[in-house]
Amino acid sequence: MQLTNRAKPVDRRPMNAIERLYLWNILKGMMITIRHFFKKKATIQYPEQKRPFSQVFRGLHILNRDEEGRERCTACGLCAVACPAEAITMEAAEREPGEENLYREEKYAARYEINMLRCIFCGYCEEACPKDAIYLSQTFAPANYGRSGFIYKKQDLLIPNPVEDPEGFKKAQGEIARK
Amino acid sequence: MSEVKIFKVTIDNITVEVPAGTTILQAARQVGGEVAPPAMCYYTPLEGSGGKCRTCLVEVAAGSTADPRPMPKLVASCRTTVMDGMVVKNITSDRVRDARAGVVEFLLLNHPLDCPVCDQAGECHLQDLSYEHGGEGTRYEFKRRTFEKHNLGPYIQLHMTRCILCYRCVFTADQLTQKRVHGVLDRGDHAEIATYIEKSLDNDFIGNVIDVCPVGALTDKTFRFKNRVWFTKPVDAHRDCDKCCGKVTLWQRGDEVLRVTARKDQWGEIMNTEEGKTGWICNECRFEKKQTSDWTIEGATRIARHSVISANHYVDAEKPKEFINDVMGGRSPKLLMDIHDVSDVNDPSVDLSKIDGPATGETFNKTNPK
Repeated sequence: MQLTNRAKPVDRRPMNAIERLYLWNILKGMMITIRHFFKKKATIQYPEQKRPFSQVFRGLHILNRDEEGRERCTACGLCAVACPAEAITMEAAEREPGEENLYREEKYAARYEINMLRCIFCGYCEEACPKDAIYLSQTFAPANYGRSGFIYKKQDLLIPNPVEDPEGFKKAQGEIARK
Repeated sequence: MSEVKIFKVTIDNITVEVPAGTTILQAARQVGGEVAPPAMCYYTPLEGSGGKCRTCLVEVAAGSTADPRPMPKLVASCRTTVMDGMVVKNITSDRVRDARAGVVEFLLLNHPLDCPVCDQAGECHLQDLSYEHGGEGTRYEFKRRTFEKHNLGPYIQLHMTRCILCYRCVFTADQLTQKRVHGVLDRGDHAEIATYIEKSLDNDFIGNVIDVCPVGALTDKTFRFKNRVWFTKPVDAHRDCDKCCGKVTLWQRGDEVLRVTARKDQWGEIMNTEEGKTGWICNECRFEKKQTSDWTIEGATRIARHSVISANHYVDAEKPKEFINDVMGGRSPKLLMDIHDVSDVNDPSVDLSKIDGPATGETFNKTNPK
């Protein structure tokens, strides 16, 4: 059965003396190899050089702070209920007098964890968040031999405090600010 | 007296027969579904409630068979009784939809919209109402009103900014307790629920104001910030109580009882017990019995499928048999990581249900985070 009429029969005649030297064919192959020396390289030197991510890349989560360095998250649980992988867990606590500079609202997440082994980086948590608190950044979880390193706690997720470390805050927020 | 007359009333083209003296709202609830107008202030077990929030406005297209003229204005269906041959339009009337959107906008004028913080979120009638009938935004440009905080004692948390002044809690205190110590003070924009002289609400049945509150103005202090409503699992339970009927809904997380409420029907009102009385529950059942061993569990509470509370709750699910042990010749599989070794959340040593008030930073810092 023939699907198209472009099939070419294989030439099975025995090779003659010149053909048996393979010289022409070797040269033909070398031409292709040498041409690639002068072409733009497809690879980069990875750890030293890095490719820019797409604008919509969804990587590791960060927990946002406001300009005064207060945590934005109020532990409303909408990210956790939106999460299809059930990767997010949290426990809420009430803000006490004297903690106003730490937390933005009267309730805050005392504990907040994302299980990066479960997370599928769909970005639903970011979409569900009413408080501008969780974002997916443009980095990915570093490889690890153990599983325990993939439970990200609040300290791992929070971005630097703008009061103590304005540069780190700007750097961490850079990608969000563009959005 | 002769027997009660039966009136025929048509609501949204559906005809029902109800005894004379029934309100339009109750007749519409007999039809059920979308036909029933929403109600924020009306509460069936509370005598005299209703007529304040105006969310249940309906159009009466024909007053009765004897006098088929339409009523000129929209009427509050919770306080208007039916007449024979009355024709009522609820969702089929554009005037009603428009008026209801306006009412919702008014109710939300001063509402702080702090649903992410509020414990009522997920079972809040104002949330449901604004999703179904409200507009997308507000046209209000001024500062929302705020109040000085009042302390209502160890059990009940008052958030006056969320209050919509439905008066349900006032009626509850009037009709369930001998002496009411809280009420609505001041007038107009300054009106607020308060105790006037700082007095805690400590009657045996005062906890019911939490259940009747349609918004998050009165919430349970023993449940405050402990969990979101939709992460807790509601189960029906009962106990022998000499003060009340003892029939409640427990809101559990694992084996912890985080909250106890009265049982509510599909309209968010407290259900009647078998004896036909309203199932109010006492403070002891509500606030002090926070252990599974205090209760006889009857089974999972039926929650409407569209409610966020039913998310990820599987009622009557058949759990498939675990085959891994049989396959491995009786041995258990090797556990590569126990989540409690790494995770700080849901620490078995922190029992939230045993704390009286909301958890604070101290609660979690007592046990050393790993």
